[in-house]
Amino acid sequence: MSAVSMQTSQVRHFIGRQETKGLLRFITCGSVDDGKSSLIGRLLHDSQKILEDHMAAVKADSQRWGTQGEQIDLALLVDGLQAEREQGITIDVAYRYFDTERRKFIIADTPGHEQYTRNMATGASTADLAVILVDAARGVQIQTRRHSFIVSLLGIRHVIVAVNKMDLVKYDQVVYQNIAAECRHFMRTLGIQDVRVVPVSALMGDNVVKPSANMPWYEGQPLLEILDTVDISNDRAEDMRFPVQFVNRPNADFRGYAGTLVAGHVRVGDQVMSLPSRKTTKVKEIVTYEGLLSEATAPMAVTLTLEAEIDITRGDLLAHPDRAPTVAREFDAHLIWMAEQPLLPGKQYEFKINNQYVRGAVQRIDYRVDVNDLSRHAAEELKLNEIAVCRIALNQAVAYDVYDVCRETGSFIVVDRMNNATAGAGMIRRSATVKAHEVHGNVYSERLEITRQQRANQKSQQPCILWFTGLSGAGKSTIANAVEQELFRRGYHSYLLDGDNVRHGLNRDLGFTDSERVENIRRIGEVSRLFVDAGLIVLTAFISPFRSDRRLVRDLVESGEFIEVYVSTSLEVCESRDPKGLYTRARQGQIQNFTGISSPYEAPEAAEIVLDTSKLHVDDCVAQIIEYLEASGRLKL
Amino acid sequence: MSPATSSALKSRLTQLEELEAESIFIMREVVAEFENPVMMYSIGKDSSVLLHLAMKAFHPARPPFPLLHVDTTWKFREMIEFRDQRARELGVDLIVHSNPDGVGNRITPFTHGSSKYTDLMKTEALKQALNKYKFDAAFGGARRDEEKSRAKERVFSFRDANHRWDPRSQRPELWKVYNSRVNKGESIRVFPLSNWTELDIWMYIHKESIPIVPLYYAKQRPIVRRDGMMIMVDDDRFPLNPGEEPVMEQVRFRTLGCYPLTGAMYSEADTLEAIIGEMLESRTSERQGRAIDHDQSGSMEKKKKEGYF
Repeated sequence: MSAVSMQTSQVRHFIGRQETKGLLRFITCGSVDDGKSSLIGRLLHDSQKILEDHMAAVKADSQRWGTQGEQIDLALLVDGLQAEREQGITIDVAYRYFDTERRKFIIADTPGHEQYTRNMATGASTADLAVILVDAARGVQIQTRRHSFIVSLLGIRHVIVAVNKMDLVKYDQVVYQNIAAECRHFMRTLGIQDVRVVPVSALMGDNVVKPSANMPWYEGQPLLEILDTVDISNDRAEDMRFPVQFVNRPNADFRGYAGTLVAGHVRVGDQVMSLPSRKTTKVKEIVTYEGLLSEATAPMAVTLTLEAEIDITRGDLLAHPDRAPTVAREFDAHLIWMAEQPLLPGKQYEFKINNQYVRGAVQRIDYRVDVNDLSRHAAEELKLNEIAVCRIALNQAVAYDVYDVCRETGSFIVVDRMNNATAGAGMIRRSATVKAHEVHGNVYSERLEITRQQRANQKSQQPCILWFTGLSGAGKSTIANAVEQELFRRGYHSYLLDGDNVRHGLNRDLGFTDSERVENIRRIGEVSRLFVDAGLIVLTAFISPFRSDRRLVRDLVESGEFIEVYVSTSLEVCESRDPKGLYTRARQGQIQNFTGISSPYEAPEAAEIVLDTSKLHVDDCVAQIIEYLEASGRLKL
Repeated sequence: MSPATSSALKSRLTQLEELEAESIFIMREVVAEFENPVMMYSIGKDSSVLLHLAMKAFHPARPPFPLLHVDTTWKFREMIEFRDQRARELGVDLIVHSNPDGVGNRITPFTHGSSKYTDLMKTEALKQALNKYKFDAAFGGARRDEEKSRAKERVFSFRDANHRWDPRSQRPELWKVYNSRVNKGESIRVFPLSNWTELDIWMYIHKESIPIVPLYYAKQRPIVRRDGMMIMVDDDRFPLNPGEEPVMEQVRFRTLGCYPLTGAMYSEADTLEAIIGEMLESRTSERQGRAIDHDQSGSMEKKKKEGYF
């Protein structure tokens, strides 16, 4: 009886630890010639042995069970693969499983040389780590660089280079050091941060599971110890990403959004935004089979209920409003082609991204990348196993992240509509720039981390443009300057654009023909709009003689934000002031296209503010403008 | 509304929690994209886990698909009892299908051999059921660690209009972006437990207290020996050879199928913990208890190409 109870307590101990184990997925890159199968076999075999060690006491107590145990034959595993190859069955990606006391491992094994890019990309897509084999006797090969490139392309952040067959080079430290230095160098150029280089002999078991007595000069950890301890807890993106999978409506009282939280955390009460609609509401409940949760973390599969009934369907994405992903129709991506039929730019495919299918096309191939030497080549089409940087144009806007930031929301597959084949796989590199106001405000080309309103609130003001217009010498600059000084004195944030700071820089290339004057005002208008977005009160002092130009600027911003200030000083008064002697020169014909003399001035028909400096002192003008700003709510306490 | 119960926020899930989340995602993906899915329910421990995950995935709704049991008519009696009881308790729809031709022609594993019997009563019966109900997606509980041909099978595994699997032209499967596009008549077999190991299954059953068929637990059972296997005499249809006498043995089953084809093993493990302890000791693959896999070389791959699950 005592033997049985001891066994039970040991099993319970095992179960307790088993239930707290984490998961690590890795890919093994290399050919059978590199000793890959031996290495996998060694890992499977030796790690099983750990369990056996652990259960040795139980085994001794139970003769009946112990005799069943057979050791896994390493050669058998290799033979199994060969047998399949002889039968002509292509093993593209095989998944294998083993445990240690700390972790469960899923190995994606991609044997064979054919279809290598496609298969390796498939295996790498879910891997946290890559083990890249290098034959110590042969050194770094072209395939080593190819493997490393695909590993970096698929976003794997941890690499172990296993310098195998060290027994064949007499465990020579110099051989190891040379290979290690070369690998570290090109891994760094690929942007892979975490690189460990381990000298091993899979055949002899050196540095696979246990430290090697043959290589006392190696101070690092054995392979399995690295697999056991490598920290992958920070690999996931931090911002909440919840692509909605389907709407769960079992009855009229319940409406839940089922999905997997692919990144970040979510808590009850969190403000969330649905993309691409950009509607916001709050999380009401986090529903699971076990009951309601107060918070959830990636990669949990949960169901969210929301406070407000906003229209959300499969393919929409929930995120925190201040950390929302990009929403756009176009983006640049790395594309791996996986179909026999080549990719043709312009042809319509289906793109599955964030749980939805969207029609679209590869607009153009920027360049093809040769996986062997990373050289770039022009390409009209993309063939099986080729990789390229492409511009993708979808028929509707979708929410996404850049792949390097979030694998789950930055990846997609391309489905051929004719045969339903998975023809390609893509990783989004960056957004294509599309004008934000081009498509009815629905397309946001850049991620707007801080909203316009947040910027304005920070400055305790409502941004606007005070657009001064009037003849030369009317007093526009004088008044605008005085207004800005008053605003500054009161603690508001402003900026004055006038001939001095614009004509000499931004618009240096423009002269004074009518068309150049139009362009001059257009540019000033665009800059003003950006400053308004930034939360500033913008003052501009330009003659801006044409109504249509001023109208154009008015339309760039929200209603109420364009305040036209007509400095209505008459031509006679201006000409009599003539502070810069310009009127005199214009009258003498020395200046062409001079407003009021040789070019018309179209006075505003409904300016917000009209100032006649022949009747008002500058201070009165300033007071009138400040009063207007206060009355229209532009200035807060 | 009701106060939310709290759970400690962990930076990383355990591997069982990750596997669970992955399986739930897969199930939801199928329900969202297919018109008429079904869950293959074989009554074994993997099916029990699959069903439990389905209850979780669609909570508070019931799983929005029926269970399909292909009954060869030679299942253990305890399996059938368990099946009906679970369907009742969980309130899920259960479809039971047997090949009427096989039943009419009295096909048995004793008279026709395990190969022909399996083809008619399992593979053929399954195709009949899938055709009859026009299912476009069928969940199965298969795991990649079970058998070599499973190791390379996709989670969403395409089948042509004749239910055939072509291992040479499988769709690449990257990330968790599953291609669910099929034409009319074609279908997908879906394996939400692809990345689970046998140990994971048992650990999860333990963690979640999932009910399983009592045959998994050791008990005194009537046994005869055939071809090196211990076969349980479950009913009086079992044709005893002259002089053959069932002997009571303390046995259990690691895997459940048709009783004349499923070998028992000696065991004292009458609790879940004891089963797990026993498993840790054992180095034999669980499918070794089944006669069907050894019938022909490379047999599983061959059967799968013909439409077997």
